[in-house]
Amino acid sequence: MNFVEHLHVLIVAIPLLAVPIIPLVGRLRLDFSWYFTFLALSLSFFMSLNLLMNVWGSGPVSYFLGGWRPPWGIEFHFDLLNSFVMVVTTFIAFVSVIYAKQSVANEISYDKIPAFYAVFVLFFVGLFGMIATGDIFNLYVFLEITSLAGYALIAAGKRRYAKMASFNYLILGTIAATFIVLGIGYLYMATGTLNMKDLAERLPEVYESRVVFTGLAFIIVGLLIKMAVFPLHLWLPDAYKYSPSVVSAAMAATSTKVAAYVMMRILFSIFKIEFNVIGIPITELFIYISSIGIIVGSVLAISQTNIKLMLAYSSIGQIGYIVLAAAMMNPVALSGGIIHILNHALMKGGLFFVVGAVAYKLGTEKISDFRGLGKRMPLSAFAFTIFSMSIVGVPLTVGFVSKWYLVTGAVASAHWYVIPVILLSSLLTAIYFGRIINLMYFSKKPDEGEIIRNEAPFGLVAPTLAVAGLCIFFGIAASVPIEIAAKAADALIGGGLWK
Amino acid sequence: MNENVIIRTVTQIMLPFIQIFGLYVIAHGEVGPGGGFQGGVILGASVILISLVLGKKEARKRLSMKWNDVFNSTGVLVYAGIGFICLFLGGSFLEYGVLPFGSAEKGNHLGMVGIEIGVGITVAAVMTTIFFEASEKDDD
Repeated sequence: MNFVEHLHVLIVAIPLLAVPIIPLVGRLRLDFSWYFTFLALSLSFFMSLNLLMNVWGSGPVSYFLGGWRPPWGIEFHFDLLNSFVMVVTTFIAFVSVIYAKQSVANEISYDKIPAFYAVFVLFFVGLFGMIATGDIFNLYVFLEITSLAGYALIAAGKRRYAKMASFNYLILGTIAATFIVLGIGYLYMATGTLNMKDLAERLPEVYESRVVFTGLAFIIVGLLIKMAVFPLHLWLPDAYKYSPSVVSAAMAATSTKVAAYVMMRILFSIFKIEFNVIGIPITELFIYISSIGIIVGSVLAISQTNIKLMLAYSSIGQIGYIVLAAAMMNPVALSGGIIHILNHALMKGGLFFVVGAVAYKLGTEKISDFRGLGKRMPLSAFAFTIFSMSIVGVPLTVGFVSKWYLVTGAVASAHWYVIPVILLSSLLTAIYFGRIINLMYFSKKPDEGEIIRNEAPFGLVAPTLAVAGLCIFFGIAASVPIEIAAKAADALIGGGLWK
Repeated sequence: MNENVIIRTVTQIMLPFIQIFGLYVIAHGEVGPGGGFQGGVILGASVILISLVLGKKEARKRLSMKWNDVFNSTGVLVYAGIGFICLFLGGSFLEYGVLPFGSAEKGNHLGMVGIEIGVGITVAAVMTTIFFEASEKDDD
């Protein structure tokens, strides 16, 4: 058999195969469950790198599951956009599984570890599937897989309220999923097809129909809940706060971003720009709610005393950037949004890594306990500083790159009122991260003696520093991801390469 | 409920029929109404019935925790395994036609039965797992 031909489906299929194996080998020896998790997710990462290079070199590739040709069968379709998102997601999976080894051993009870890893991989299987699929109903199925696994992962948190946080998310997530499947049903009713490319061809004939409007509205509302865009963000802060550290990191870095990718796919690939012009002013609405969300998220983040909650609210602000970028409907801003998927995944994943390391050593999530961290855990504090500067958007870090493209994009399509929003939110971000950096390095209790150095174990620090390194690397050598993102954005706006 | 002779007897009589019906629904999934999920739920319900009527200890004796966990995984392994066998035989993932049963038609037929069996095993095991997890607090 020719393996290369099948590499693209294996990105999803190998972790799927690993899911049932992990608890079985975990019964033999506890360690094995981690090794299999690592093996599966790292294979996915390297295969997706290969995929991105293939797509970059020779254009989009399709894979027909079971050999059934679309539009009848399910198709995996990769163009630049989703190969890029795939690389980002598999990379986060890869580093978080390295981070997981010690963190999970510390936070999850001994007998639950194999099951935890199985669900952890299942969560990523769902995300990979959502990214890979070219079939809109299949997308819903994978969305449900990742959501259900996500509820279980959040409930695995140590504190009692973790179950409640998971339950709240379950209710809202189920409503979102119901909306999405309803919307898909409406689109199916109007066109009689579920394949995305086929939908894109058939939809223009029925753009005027109410059914299509309703379908799109349902899907968009469902996705907004999944993305946690203000004002539909209420499930997110508790879900991030109470879940185990590695879950917060993996989830904050990937799941809302993948939902944002799906939104781009639906707005630009399945529906064309013309629809947004003749139809309801979705993009206008998006610009308003995401602008409000960016400001509100930042303001709420300032008022938090728990570091995980602060990062969660900051996420709500950051997802606003991606929505904003998509809503401005011009290739420059859109490429800023696409690159922000990578950037925010790096920054937020890294920040949660540091928070997990601090919780591991000091057992605290209070911001006030970060005092003197620069001496106590110098490497973690250093990484935290890099991530914070990056989120604020200091030049030479990745955050600057995405903000630069957002602002130039806003200028290009004359959305002037967006620029003050971005600048104001950078300022607010600088306030709440500056406060922590000040605590870590420059603040000392008068009665406190010498601070002992007490760094987190290597297994937690190494992935954190690696991600921090990438934050700087892609901030300086920004041309690599930017080229991919720009090409992907051109393809989306022009509707060209998707075909 | 353990004392109620009628319920206990009727359950004992019904159990084999419930399970055979579950197997029937699984086996006919690809040509008629039903399939792995529905049949698996019926099979799982039979175990749940045992624990409701005859007690959880009795149910655990017939389907131990360990085997339950193994079945949880086995079903998915059967499913994914068939997918990978198709890959190794030169087809694409889950392309049953290439399975070595003579013709593509036969392969499609039996491949789908195999998938349904895998789904059935996992669904039955997961149903009982959920039931036992949810009922754990009360009397264990």
